[in-house]
Amino acid sequence: MRFFEYEAREIVKRAGIPVTDYGFTTDPQEAKEIAARIGSSTVIKSQVLSGGRMKAGGVKFADTPEEAEAHAKDILQLEINGHMPRGVLVDPKAEFEQEYYAGVVWDGTRKQPVMIFSPIGGIDIEQVAEEQPDKVGRRHFSNILPFGDFEAKEVIASTGVTGSALNKLTPILTKLAKLFVDNDMTLAEINPLARMADGSFIALDAHMDMENEARGRHKQLLKDLGVGDDETREAREPTAFELAGEAVDSQDHRGVAGNVTEFDGNLGLVIGAGGGSLTLFDAVRKYGGRPANYCEIGGNPSVSKAKGLAKLVLSKPGVDKIAVMMSIVSNTRVDIVARGVIAACLELGMDPAEKIAIFRIPGAWEEEGFKILEKYGVEYADRSVSLHEAASRAVEKIQGAAA
Amino acid sequence: MRVDGTFIGIDVADAIVDDSAIAAKLREVCPVDIYGDAEGKVQIVEGNVDECVLCRLCIDATSPEQVKVLKLYDNEASLA
Repeated sequence: MRFFEYEAREIVKRAGIPVTDYGFTTDPQEAKEIAARIGSSTVIKSQVLSGGRMKAGGVKFADTPEEAEAHAKDILQLEINGHMPRGVLVDPKAEFEQEYYAGVVWDGTRKQPVMIFSPIGGIDIEQVAEEQPDKVGRRHFSNILPFGDFEAKEVIASTGVTGSALNKLTPILTKLAKLFVDNDMTLAEINPLARMADGSFIALDAHMDMENEARGRHKQLLKDLGVGDDETREAREPTAFELAGEAVDSQDHRGVAGNVTEFDGNLGLVIGAGGGSLTLFDAVRKYGGRPANYCEIGGNPSVSKAKGLAKLVLSKPGVDKIAVMMSIVSNTRVDIVARGVIAACLELGMDPAEKIAIFRIPGAWEEEGFKILEKYGVEYADRSVSLHEAASRAVEKIQGAAA
Repeated sequence: MRVDGTFIGIDVADAIVDDSAIAAKLREVCPVDIYGDAEGKVQIVEGNVDECVLCRLCIDATSPEQVKVLKLYDNEASLA
């Protein structure tokens, strides 16, 4: 879940990392008052969950409170990449000596957070890593054991930063690491982290992403920030297809079937089980397939729920076939899913043998499931066929049908 | 009384259809609401027949002669 900049700043502030004397508002008049309180030149920044704010005119500088008010009024009405702003952030226009970068991101491969630091900030860290790799320090750390100052110091020192700056930056990075772990973040980034004329460091901008599944653990923080339970913070609005999928999934409490994301391919996917959906989606792409959707099925949905999902995917314009694939399941019943997807074909007047490219769900009640599939002539695979092999067969079949 | 879905058939012996106690019992035990209880008579909810999870609870609550669960995809093999 992404946070707006003003929320990310508040999280940084709560962690004990110095921030500017900023203010957030939805009212131009209040923007003027905040600018007057700051008492110097300000920068007015649109609060949208989208990049490219500066280019779109969502960031403007003001020398007077009146100018801040006028800019706030304009920015509050400015749509950026399809997003209307939540409000504006009024920030002192900082006079700094150098910009640094400090961030922590979740490494999904190592299953550990990785701290990243660079004495070159204010631009994308990817660009710095490409152009001046020796100026980017990295270190993985445990998200279970306490984070030590020495770990932060090693990362900073590896980029050539020494002396007073090293000493002052160390506690900031330590606090950032703690913030990341304590709040179940997937990204905690301060960019730029500015060194001011007096040698102190201040976070001028921050980006935070929290693990969606962890929202329940951080109700107080989210409440303090004014984040509603209904705020999904998705990058885009759900499509009609995705909303229909939500409706299928909510039709009863049993299992999951219908959590879909729409794509423009021709192979519909009914996939899931313990990360299997991600693996299968990637496998379909690897073998040249074009998925029409991503989805998850599991947890033992009812026949009608599995049928609802399969009907939805089969009815999507451009879908030629569906592939029904899961990893080995322990609780989701193979026969129930088989009934659901075959019933979907029959109710739509389609031949299951022709429309289901492959059915690969080994596990609970598979013998019953395979009997159902045999009756309707659907190609199925047991656990001796890998997920990748099943995906490649599905792709071959749909490509053969198109040829 | 027999009601067939696409995959499952339910056959309730006529002799117990009017038994209100059995009707209530079947309604109570079925986890997927295949059985209703219409004015003290056994009722089979057609739309739920294919939800059958082959749990046998309806058979155990009566007897294999009184309630049959048929797998239509398997030559009408009876769950016994």
